[in-house]
Amino acid sequence: MSSNNRPLSPHLDVYKLPLSALLSIVHRGTGAFLTLGTIVLVWWLMALAGGEESFNSAQQFMGSFFGRLILLGWSFALFFHLANGIRHLVWDAGYCFEKDEVEKTSYIVLATSVFLTLLVWVVAFLFTAGA
Amino acid sequence: MSLRSPLGQAKGLGSAKEGLHHWWAQRVTAVALIPLTIWFAFKVAVLSMSDYKTVLECIGSPWSAALIVSLIVAAFYHAALGMQVIYEDYIGGKAVRIAAIMGTNLLLFLLAAASIIAVVRIAVGG
Repeated sequence: MSSNNRPLSPHLDVYKLPLSALLSIVHRGTGAFLTLGTIVLVWWLMALAGGEESFNSAQQFMGSFFGRLILLGWSFALFFHLANGIRHLVWDAGYCFEKDEVEKTSYIVLATSVFLTLLVWVVAFLFTAGA
Repeated sequence: MSLRSPLGQAKGLGSAKEGLHHWWAQRVTAVALIPLTIWFAFKVAVLSMSDYKTVLECIGSPWSAALIVSLIVAAFYHAALGMQVIYEDYIGGKAVRIAAIMGTNLLLFLLAAASIIAVVRIAVGG
C-alpha cells in the first residue's frame, strides 16, 4: 500500500449526487427532525390537557412568526417523509427499481410533498377566515 | 480450532431469527401512519384557529382520542426504530451507540406516555 500514484476511482468530490440519493438522505434527515418534532406534539397535547390558560399560550406561540416557521418546516418534513416513505414501501414490494422509474418517482415525491404542505396551510387559513 | 470455513459453519443455520422483526415493525407502523398522519395534520389545520372549548371537544371525542393514541403509539415506535438505524450507521463506538439507542428509546417512551396521558385526560374531561 505504498504507491501514491495509482489511479483512483472518482472521488466523492467530483461525484454529482443523483436526485434519488439526495432524497434518500433527506428522508433520513426529515425522519430525525420529525422525531425531534414530536416534542411539539407532546407539548401541544399537554397544554390542551392542562386547561384553557396553558392552551391559549401554546396557541399564541404557534400563531407567532417563529411558531409558524416551525410548523411550516414540520409539515413539509412530515409530508416529504410520508410521500417518500410510500415510495419505500413500493420498493419493498419490488417495484419501480428501473433508473427512469426512480427518477420519475423522485419528482412525484417532491411534487406530492409540496402540494400536501400547501394544501394543509390553505385549509388552515380558510378555516381561520371562516371562523 | 475448527477447520470448517466461516461460510460452512453458518450455512444451513438460517437467519438470526429476530433480525426481521425490526424491519417488519418499521413497515407495519409506516403503513399505519399513512392514514393517521394525513388525518391528524388536516384535523389540526382545521382546528388551528378554534377556541379552547372547540379543540377540547374535537380532540377528546372517543374516536378522535382513539385515533390519536394509535397515532402516538405508531409514531413513537416508528421513531425509535428509525433513530436506532441512524445511530447504528453513524456511531462507531459500541458503548456510545448502545447508550444513544437506549437513551432515545427511554426518552421516546416517556414522551409517548406523556402524550397518551394528555389525550386520555382530554377525553375523559379531567
